[in-house]
Amino acid sequence: MATTTLSRPKLRFKGSVADIPARQKRTPLSRILATVIVSVLAVAWLIPFAWATLTALKSETEAASTPISWIPASGFTLDAFTKVLGSGNIPTWTLNSLFTSAAITAITLVISASVAYAISRIDFRGKDLLMGVIIASIIVPPPVLIIPLFQQMQSLNLIDTYWAVILPQVIHSPMVFVLKKFFDQIPRELEEAALMDGAGRLRIFTTIVLPLSRPILAAVAIFVFIGAWNNFLWPFIATNESSLLTLPVGLQTIKSAYGIQYAQNMASALLAALPLILVFLFFQRQIIKGVATTGLAGT
Amino acid sequence: MSTVRIPAPTGESAPGLSEPAPAALPAKTSPGQRSGARLVRPRSRRDNIHGWAFSAPFLAFFLIFLVWPMISGAYMSLTGKSLTGANSGFIGLANYAEAFGDSDMWRSLGNTLYFTLISTVPLVVIALALAALVNMGLPAQWLWRLSFFSPFLLASTVISLFFAWMYNPELGLFNDVLVKLGIPPVAWLNDPAVAMWAVVIATVWWTVGFNFLLYLAALQNIPQQHYEAASIDGAGGWRQFFSISLPQLGPTTVMIAILQILASLKVFDQIYQMTEGGPGGTTRSIVQYIFEAGFTGYRLGYSAAISYIFFGLILLIALVQVFITRKRSV
Repeated sequence: MATTTLSRPKLRFKGSVADIPARQKRTPLSRILATVIVSVLAVAWLIPFAWATLTALKSETEAASTPISWIPASGFTLDAFTKVLGSGNIPTWTLNSLFTSAAITAITLVISASVAYAISRIDFRGKDLLMGVIIASIIVPPPVLIIPLFQQMQSLNLIDTYWAVILPQVIHSPMVFVLKKFFDQIPRELEEAALMDGAGRLRIFTTIVLPLSRPILAAVAIFVFIGAWNNFLWPFIATNESSLLTLPVGLQTIKSAYGIQYAQNMASALLAALPLILVFLFFQRQIIKGVATTGLAGT
Repeated sequence: MSTVRIPAPTGESAPGLSEPAPAALPAKTSPGQRSGARLVRPRSRRDNIHGWAFSAPFLAFFLIFLVWPMISGAYMSLTGKSLTGANSGFIGLANYAEAFGDSDMWRSLGNTLYFTLISTVPLVVIALALAALVNMGLPAQWLWRLSFFSPFLLASTVISLFFAWMYNPELGLFNDVLVKLGIPPVAWLNDPAVAMWAVVIATVWWTVGFNFLLYLAALQNIPQQHYEAASIDGAGGWRQFFSISLPQLGPTTVMIAILQILASLKVFDQIYQMTEGGPGGTTRSIVQYIFEAGFTGYRLGYSAAISYIFFGLILLIALVQVFITRKRSV
């Protein structure tokens, strides 16, 4: 299954109706019906966003009043947003998330791409064993490691540092597999010519293989970044200090602190969601391709 | 599957890989040609050094932050180690014996299996239905993908805040709708009979988009000729779906179901954030039990033992997966 993923032609996500001859023979009625059903479902899927946004735009009294209304009688207000942003926590946590996620992504890319390159292209003793062990490790569920990792971080004195958040999150065995599959398909002639000319391995890797692999590197990067940005359990265990929390962990503490501040809760949630919604709008195609390739190859 | 080529839509040529020509690809990936470096020169000492040098950074992280915790966790599970620093030393399998007699452990495991069962079915079926509908040649594909997939990008904390608010008994949207429909209100997250379902509804909303995209990709890889031939033979939409799409999606469905089961077994975030395992422990997952045994019960050794029991369960399911996929490919 996974072996065919990358050699397959590009997915037809951009295809329009006109590109699909068979579809034109469908009765228009069934397509109209499908459009109606999908539209209703899509609206249903967007309701939580809409409801959260409307609540965040209410005053606290309006948010907590019954009967509930979509449009507040006293009009909309940005109070909840200004209060949340003014408290200073959300901006700090956003920066923490940005820094740790970027670091995790960068380290993951460097170490995964180089090990994948070695396994794909260099004929060294033990590489089959190495690949086997990496693939086998996919089955280890991260929650199993939290207790020993916590102990380890404690004995290294890293609890409540960025390092504790970052270091254990850079091992992505499925991504090594995905990258190796991609490298396997880069024509060897390119590399052989460079080898003849006396280029070293590192030179070949950085000037030939990596530039040719930009699409898959982007897919892996986006995937790892989103995972790191949203990870909850490990950062929740690794940090306590409020100024070091990542956004998801920080939000969890807000919830208990302002248990009844509904408008502010929703404003915080929306502000936390915003960066990734923006990432999605900018990288929609890469994200979808990333799910299709890395998601499929993850097995 | 890889032998069937659908012409790539305009502007979608393989990025960065204009070479080799498609015809050359099968030869590249054929078995036995795995190590092309051998074509240039035999395995050398330099290759051994280079190979391990390129693998070293990953290997270092792998050994320190995955292999070592696995080993130290296994050892820890055989000790009476405590978070407070007290260590009653090696106690053999006593933690495991205690865990097997621990009704709370079994209950958390039961809750987790129940969650996995009732979440996996809708997460596969709804994803397939959405993908099949969207793939019927609907306009504005980007809009549907955005609607169904965007929740997947949110942090668990965000979706928990959204749903805790919508499930609010007095002020929540769900009860407001129910009351307007003449149905008595529900204590969503506080009713032991309903709480797990409430969590499942939130989880389906949050994660179905991922499976939806996998199905959509698989559907769009089914050769159009199949549908053309079928419609010439007079097969209608339903017939085409059940006779062509569904069988072709078989391997995808097996894969999605297994990935989903393995993911659902690890559930923790959204349940912990919405109910903290309540009411009365009815939604406490096994991961939460691991977390609590270690960090609120201070019993690291016991917690590690439960981790390994949980790992054993995952391993068992993974072996079933290997068995199923091997049987399929024979």
